[in-house]
Amino acid sequence: MDSATSETRTPLGASADNGLKIVVVGGFGAGKTTMVRSVSEIRPLNTEETMTQAGEAVDDLSGVRGKTATTVAFDFGRITLDAHNVLYLFGAPGQERFWFLWDRLFSGTLGAVVLVDTRRIDDSWYAIDRLEKHGTPFIVACNDFGGPTFTPQQIREALDLDPHVPLVNCDARSRESSKIVLITLVEHIQALYADPARAPRQELV
Amino acid sequence: MSRPGRDDSPDRLYTLTGGRSRSGPDNPFDLVTLVVAECDPVPGMQSEHAAILRLTERPTAVVEIAAELKLPVSITRILLSDLQAAGRVSARHPRKAAVPDPDILEQVLVGLRNL
Ligand SMILES: Nc1nc2c(ncn2[C@@H]2O[C@H](COP(=O)(O)OP(=O)(O)OP(=O)(O)O)[C@@H](O)[C@H]2O)c(=O)[nH]1
Ligand SMILES: [Mg+2]
Repeated sequence: MDSATSETRTPLGASADNGLKIVVVGGFGAGKTTMVRSVSEIRPLNTEETMTQAGEAVDDLSGVRGKTATTVAFDFGRITLDAHNVLYLFGAPGQERFWFLWDRLFSGTLGAVVLVDTRRIDDSWYAIDRLEKHGTPFIVACNDFGGPTFTPQQIREALDLDPHVPLVNCDARSRESSKIVLITLVEHIQALYADPARAPRQELV
Repeated sequence: MSRPGRDDSPDRLYTLTGGRSRSGPDNPFDLVTLVVAECDPVPGMQSEHAAILRLTERPTAVVEIAAELKLPVSITRILLSDLQAAGRVSARHPRKAAVPDPDILEQVLVGLRNL
């Protein structure tokens, strides 16, 4: 193993005691890592998790030794919110095999940003479907790659989006724009939970 | 960037954890559990354990530890529960609730707006 710690670590304050999660999902090349990097106070780090096809026994080493395990890599960044709260932002693929991990890995997440590249809208269908199934609050952010412009209505229709789900444009390369995306998500979550009729309940794993 | 765990043979991971599988549902370490060292590394300690104690002089999330050690999260969780059982680290778990605490949500918003 090479040097265990990188030289450039930025430690948290000693009073930090509450880690929070927001997940950025989207298709291949949708800008997930870019968005994490834009708002993170650390250089995005990459790690991976392994689990069996059955979606259980994450470290069933007999599963690792046999070849039945699936490995999913994801990157993440960090935002210190105040003396106690630290927000971790995860960039995770929208592909099917990733969702084996969703419950385990991202249980208790505040919510998700679905990043959409409007040149490949179909890439986001699966992620939106899974998020709805899991009852995870989410918003949709269209990343501007200079592709064809669609009206919000066209995008909503293409995604079959619930009218309550916020849809915003963004530039993941911009810190300010990415910040607004996160604020929009958290305001949406607040509104959802403030209305008991609509409040989702996540399964606690 | 080389992906962690990529070069680790299953046998190396097996050796690290003694082949145990304790990172199932009963392992309390969440990705964002903040871990804090309760002691310094001691000579003769397993090198991964020593590395974790150095990393966690200040609170450090499980996922950061995994990334820095270039180990899969599941293996990191096992190492952490060993260290915790030995009283060498303590854990600050995220406050889990079926519904997020409105005060925390407000704190998140304030924090984001102040960025
Ligand atoms: N024009 C434009 N380019 C962007 C934007 N966001 C990201 N990019 C570029 O698109 C490319 C892919 O971005 P990534 O952030 O690596 O995308 P990703 O979703 O992490 O990709 P994978 O992890 O490989 O699925 C990079 O070259 C970025 O610089 C954007 O808002 N506008
Ligand atoms: Mg990426």
